Amino acid sequence: MTSTARALPASPWRRFAWRGLKVLAIGVGIALLFALAAPPKLGVSMAYALPITFSCWFFIDAGRLLAARWVQRRDPMAHPQWPGWPWMAGVLVVGTVLGYQTGHTVGNLVTGHNAPGLLFEGPVRAVSLVLFSLIPGVLATYFFYTRSRLATIAAQAQEAQRHAAQAQLRLLESQLEPHMLFNTLANLRVLIALDPPRAQAMLDQLIAFLRATLNASRAGQHALSAEFSRIADYLALMKVRMGERLQTHLVLPDELASLPVPPLLLQPLVENSIRHGLEPMVEGGRIELDASREGDELVLRVRDTGAGLSGPSADGTHFGLQQVRERLATLYGERASLQLTAAGDSRGGTLATIRLPVTP
Amino acid sequence: MNAPTALIAEDEALLAAHLQAELARLWPDLRVVANVSHGAAAVEQSLALRPDIVFLDIRMPGMDGLEAAQAIGEDWPEGEAPPLLVFVTAYDQYALQAFDQAAVDYVLKPVQPERLAQTCARLRAALARRDTPDGSAAAEAALSQLRALLGASGLGATAPDGPAARLNVIQAGVGAAIHMVPVQEVLYFEAADKYVRVITAEREHLIRTSLRELLPQLDPDRFWQVHRGTVVRADAIASALRDESGKLTLTLRGHGDKLTVSRLYAHRFKPM
Repeated sequence: MTSTARALPASPWRRFAWRGLKVLAIGVGIALLFALAAPPKLGVSMAYALPITFSCWFFIDAGRLLAARWVQRRDPMAHPQWPGWPWMAGVLVVGTVLGYQTGHTVGNLVTGHNAPGLLFEGPVRAVSLVLFSLIPGVLATYFFYTRSRLATIAAQAQEAQRHAAQAQLRLLESQLEPHMLFNTLANLRVLIALDPPRAQAMLDQLIAFLRATLNASRAGQHALSAEFSRIADYLALMKVRMGERLQTHLVLPDELASLPVPPLLLQPLVENSIRHGLEPMVEGGRIELDASREGDELVLRVRDTGAGLSGPSADGTHFGLQQVRERLATLYGERASLQLTAAGDSRGGTLATIRLPVTP
Repeated sequence: MNAPTALIAEDEALLAAHLQAELARLWPDLRVVANVSHGAAAVEQSLALRPDIVFLDIRMPGMDGLEAAQAIGEDWPEGEAPPLLVFVTAYDQYALQAFDQAAVDYVLKPVQPERLAQTCARLRAALARRDTPDGSAAAEAALSQLRALLGASGLGATAPDGPAARLNVIQAGVGAAIHMVPVQEVLYFEAADKYVRVITAEREHLIRTSLRELLPQLDPDRFWQVHRGTVVRADAIASALRDESGKLTLTLRGHGDKLTVSRLYAHRFKPM
């Protein structure tokens, strides 16, 4: 158990060789079984059972890898090493017949006997021999299949867990972006001496924003009005820093105020608008945030008048967007979407549109 | 000796005012000749006012602090010692590593008076050293420091994501068509605002990227940066000529354009 969990994902061919060794051991076991039934012929029994077991395994296992590769070429989503049971059944029958025949020939060479091969036996005997030889092949295939499936499932579970933890950490990291935090604190430090009431207001906004950030990383939901308030806090903090270069306009219709949304869902979009849209512009610009209802969908729009999607730094925005998309996919699956487009009017800039189902 | 002068480039007004106030307290002799809020203004004002010291915020709109430093270093008049640079940043771990590697001074925001006092002491000592011998040694020292800074790891646009993949073909849009230009046919790249001009022997293309983003994708042995706005294919260079004023100019094989080498990169062109 622990050995499979610890095992590194070695190449399929290395594992193939390792299975070959194990199969040799099984072959010895089978030969001993035969020998127990007829003790004086131990050597002869070995000489046939070993090469037959080994070559059956060789043709079946190699056939499996080749079939899997062929299936994967037609369907890239297929498992790289497992072609599926229907294909595997064919591989098992063909591999067993070929393996039996090859092993049998090797056995004849080693012993100097000239026992008739599969093809020269009577049809009934040939079929029963093949069926008999199929048994260890099917059992071994089933055994290896189940074991590697269990290992895959365990690895997937681990991977999913790690992924979730990483996503949570990244969310927290992006919302508590150190550059934003330290710049805000630097401004706060100056304001304390210069304008204490304004410093207090700024500190309150920072506290509200930090609290929301920590809540957001624990999932859950809050009202759209709370979302707008936190974004307003964030924008107010940014305004202290950017001054006249940042203009904002937030519109939330009353009837939508109590709809639940994931906390700080919009924050990465607003941050992108500032960082990639407005910050590169010497003259700054405007950020507009609005909510509307279209049928059963809640539509949230973040629009800026900044550098737009064609700017050189547009590549950097994928990180925040990906996070929003991941959160939407986890919470709503296919029913939610995020679209990023060029704002279609003369003021330029970028428009991000989120669509969420109103009824969860 | 005249009173030393300084320029502050910081896009956040409150922080700029604070830095200036702290400097006035710690170094009353220092005269702040200008306060600017973006990189391009920092370059323009520095070249016009020739301060002894320039405080540069790293993140500024348009041209950032590092790009401004490079432009100031390249365009500073020949034979005169360029200003001492102090970078100011809230949090940029990649930049901090680069500063340490290049031994460039920096101040963290929020500015701590004790730390700023240390910086002022260092600046005073550097100014005193700079006044004694001829300017060219100091200029060369400042240039090599800048070179080390620009070459230091972590400052490229793609640095946080690891090394970029090498580009083999430039895909340039021309109307509805995409022209595929193999990089080995490119004579040189030239920055043009938000675009890069790609010049081959036959024609030129515009691609929508910045030179800074393109650079990590080019093989540095084959493509040499010779100016903040120019990257040339080394084996397309026919000759490098130095005129009386020390200015270095490149001629190309099979092309009439002449390229200017900035003094940051002039050290590449020496006889073997």
